[in-house]
This record gives sequence, structure tokens and C-alpha cells, in this order.
Amino acid sequence: MTKMSGWKKPDSMSIVFILLGAIMLLFIFAPPLKTVFSSSPGTLWNTLLEEDVYSSVLLTIFAALTATLIGLFLGVPLAYVLARHQFRGKRFVEAIIDVPIVIPHSAAGVALLFVFGSNFLFGKILNGIGIGFFRSFTGVVIAMMFVSVPFLIDAAKEGFKAVDVRLEKVARTLGASAWKSFFRISLPLAWRSIFSGSVLMWARGLSEFGAIIIIAYSASFLGWSPKVLPVLVANRFDFGLDYAGPVAAIAILISIITFIVLRSIAYRGEKA
Amino acid sequence: MISIKNLKVNLGDFFLQNINLDIEPGEYFIVLGPTGAGKTVLLEAIAGLYPVLEGEVWIGDREITDLSPEKREIGIVYQDQALFPHLSVEKNIAFGLKMRKCPKNEAKAKIDAIVEVVGISHLLKRSPATLSGGEKQKVALARALVTEPKVLLLDEPLSALDPETRERMQRELREIHSRVELSVIHVTHDFEEAIALGHRVAVLNDGCIAQIGTPEEFLRRPSSEFVARFALTRNILSGRVTGIENGCTLIDIGGTKLRATTEANGEVRLSLRPEDIFISKEPLQSTARNCFLGVVSDIADRGSVIYVTVNLPPDFVCIITRQAFDELQLGKGAEVWITFKASAIHVF
Repeated sequence: MTKMSGWKKPDSMSIVFILLGAIMLLFIFAPPLKTVFSSSPGTLWNTLLEEDVYSSVLLTIFAALTATLIGLFLGVPLAYVLARHQFRGKRFVEAIIDVPIVIPHSAAGVALLFVFGSNFLFGKILNGIGIGFFRSFTGVVIAMMFVSVPFLIDAAKEGFKAVDVRLEKVARTLGASAWKSFFRISLPLAWRSIFSGSVLMWARGLSEFGAIIIIAYSASFLGWSPKVLPVLVANRFDFGLDYAGPVAAIAILISIITFIVLRSIAYRGEKA
Repeated sequence: MISIKNLKVNLGDFFLQNINLDIEPGEYFIVLGPTGAGKTVLLEAIAGLYPVLEGEVWIGDREITDLSPEKREIGIVYQDQALFPHLSVEKNIAFGLKMRKCPKNEAKAKIDAIVEVVGISHLLKRSPATLSGGEKQKVALARALVTEPKVLLLDEPLSALDPETRERMQRELREIHSRVELSVIHVTHDFEEAIALGHRVAVLNDGCIAQIGTPEEFLRRPSSEFVARFALTRNILSGRVTGIENGCTLIDIGGTKLRATTEANGEVRLSLRPEDIFISKEPLQSTARNCFLGVVSDIADRGSVIYVTVNLPPDFVCIITRQAFDELQLGKGAEVWITFKASAIHVF
């Protein structure tokens, strides 16, 4: 049986660091907490029942989810290649992946228009198969994906790096093809990092404003023309804080609850 | 039989090249070499896990050089066992059978048989994280053996174990090998492990095989100074052949004239194993042709044995048991006689 260690008086450095850390935590936590508690539950519920609000919630959640699923499909293979192979220009490729994080997101929206706009290559291809980009669900998904996929790729890459390559080698000698070795060994062992990266990507996509306002101020979605939640909040803010507050609170609640649930799934059974 | 012909592999800083090995069915073959010699890469090249620049790998009359790893029928066990951490012991062992689409009943019979041979029936439901080093090693062995490979590759399988477990695992490896009778290539940097387990040994140096032979040949007839040093031969000396006397070649080493059975001439390098030298307080009456008086210049305690350096000059390192050391009451500066046979001297 482990004997509990007695209380130990913290040293001066620990006390200072804890105080500074507490200020930082308060700085992070106070604004969303205040926003949520500024509106009564009844106000929040009534706001959620407004068509432009619930359609906005649905658009934002589904677009972020779609972006994450596409990010998984295209990003995980890239992360695996980067984790397992050494090649000339690898650092350049890794830098390119992080470009969306460093450029202003409104500029990212303009940049995406230059590629996916109807007068440009990918835009023409999309139009050719009947998929619109400007002011469309597709546009929202692409904007969200562009700004948030680096989080998924970087997390997945670190996850694959943490899997001992010899496990894959042993699997190969035991009769597994490269595909089976990936799906039976590498992927299950890296899933926690991939899932965690997906949650981050989804959350980042959910909160995207700059790129989306350029591409899709409002988007056609399931017969509505909703704005994504960050745009809706900004739009309502034009009419005052009281009008924007409940929508902002809903956005915060959805983000935080989903984030907490998904993270707890990802880290289930793992010590902090 | 597994044959490796003129294998060449790029190791980045240097090449592993001119690797030629013929390993008989059922043979326990050791590849011995210092850290960084390319031993693991050699195994991975044989298993198809590392690209080969030149050369061929054959199992029996089938060339497997260009086959993917899963088609080679070669098992591998790494130093850190590389057990799949997300699978139970049973699922680890069953993995290879599942990949090869072995019917369930047959798979169960095979798993039962191999866990019996390896002695891990009680561990099947455990997670790899809960196993000791020795248990992990046995699970890794069972996992590799259950698919009935033609060749088993062992990459320093005992290095990560504590001395007691390592000794026990050496015995168990010998026993398991005698039961399953397949060709084994075991790489290690530990000469004593090589002597304890190998039918034959190959020493790797500078990307090439320096010598292939039985453990006895390594002990008695190392082909080079490198091999002699690797074989823990402590006495490697330079001398000059000065003549022949009573059928023995006289070799002058710094004023001391050794009697050896060699036909070499001129300047020579020679080796003499510490265990071939007998230390006594009085000159020994024996047929040994070399008997010299010297002074103890150093004593290195290794627990069960003690290395005693006797200066004639030059220095000769001798090995004696603790009991003999106590009986002789040796100390630095003590005068002792050292005696060894002419045949104990090996000239490169």
C-alpha cells in the first residue's frame, strides 16, 4: 500500500508561479464564463429556437465535421508519410502544412477565392461537377479545412512518430501486408493523437471567421441561407451586445461541451 | 538452408558488403559485432525490411531477395521484443496466424502447442505492459515461432535482460531451439553469449565479415587482432621470430623469448588467452614450454574471477578463480611464475 506523502510547504518559486498561472487561467476562463452567465437559460433556449440561429448551429457543426472528415482522409496519409519517411524537401513540406496557421485568415479567404473561384482552375472543376464554392456549404467546408487541417496533420504525425517502427516491421514478418500493418498496428496505436488532432481541427473550424466571411457571408444549406456562428455573432453585434450575447453564449457552450466530451474520450484511461 | 550471397547494404556512413553466409537447417548461427557494426540492418535486410543494394538471399532453392517481408517465412524478435501494446499476449501470438488466414481451430492448436513449448500458457490473457523482460521475450519468441518460419532472426534478444534472467533465457533458448529445430540467426555484441549459444559464429567488422567459425576456433585461432580482442583475448603482443629450438619457434617479445608452435617468420603479432596461463608461487614442473618469473603489476577483481597482470616484461594478463587467488595470497609486487603451453600461443 502506498503511504500518502505529507503536506510539503511550497517554495517561493512555486507560489509565484501558481499565482501567475491563476491569473492566466482567470484571463482565459472569465470571458466565456461571463458571456454564458450573462443570459438566462430561457433566453438561450428562445434564441436557439430562432431559425437563423439553429440553422447557423447546424451549418457550423456539419461544415466543421465535414472539413474534419476530409482532413482525416487526406491528412492522415500525409502525416504517416512525414512520420515514416526521410526525403529531400521534407522540412519544406512540413513548413507548407503550417502556412494556414501563420497567414491572416481573411487573406486566406481571398487566397482560396483565387483557387476555387469560378474563374479559376479548381473552381471550374467544381462548377463542372455541379458544386458551387462562393456562398455555399462547400465554400464554408473548404475555408474551415484550409485554416484548421494543420492541427490534425501535426497531431497525427506526432502520433505515428510515437509508434515504434519495429512494431510495423514485426507485423510484416508475421504476414501482414503494408496496408494491414498500417490498419492493424500503426493506426490503432496512433488513434489517440489523430482523434485529439481531429477534435482540435473541428474546434478550430467551428470558430473560423476571417476566411469564411470572404467566401460565404451566408451559405445555402438545407433550404436556408444561414451564416456560420462566428459570422452570426458579429452580424448581431452590429445591433448591440445584448442581441449578440445569447448567440455568443450558445456558440461558446456548444464548443466547450463538445470539446470536453471529445477530449475526455481521447484521453480516457490515461493519467494526466 | 539459408544462403546469403555477396550482400551489400547501404548504412549511410558505410556499407555492409561482401556478406556471404550459408546457414544449415537447424543451425544456431551467431553474428557477433560491436555496436553500430550493422548487425540489426543485416537481419532486416535478410527479412526484407531493409533495402539491399546487391546480392541474393536464398532459403533452400528459393530466392527471396525481391520478396516482400510477409512472403519470406522469416520470423524476427527484436531486443525490446516489440510486442503489440494494444493486443493481449494471446492476440499478439495469434496475429501472424490471423494475417495468414489460418482456420480458427488450427490456430488455437498451434497457439496451445507453442505456448507449451515456450512455457507461457499462464500469460495468455495478460497485457504486454504487465510482463517482465523475460516473459516479454518468451511471448515475442512464441509470436515469431507460431507461424512456423523457415528461419528465425534474433536481434540482441537478451541484451535488455538482467544478468540472471539473461542466463536463464540462454538455457531456455537452447532448449526451445532443440525442440523446434529451425535455423536461427542471432546477433549480439556479447562474446560470451555467442560462445554459449552458437554452433557457429561470424564476426562483423567495418561492414565485412572478419571471421566465420566455431566458438572453439574463435577462442583458439582468431583470424585477426580485432577478432582476438572481441573474443576477450587479453594478451595481444608484438614480437620477432628469432629461430627454432627443440621443435618450437622462438619469438622475442621485449627480451622475453616465447616458445610457440608456428611456422611464421619475421615480425609477428600473437595472442594468448588469459585462461591458458597458469600462475604459481614456484616454477611448475610440467610439459608446458613457457615458464617465466614475473611481478604482479595489477589486480582487477571481477567477482567470481580475478584478472592478474604479471609483468615480465611485457605484461601478461592471467585469469584465476577467487579461491586460487586467496590460496596464492597474491598482491601487487608479489613474484609469481607464469606457465603456458607453446600451442596456447596463436600467431595471426
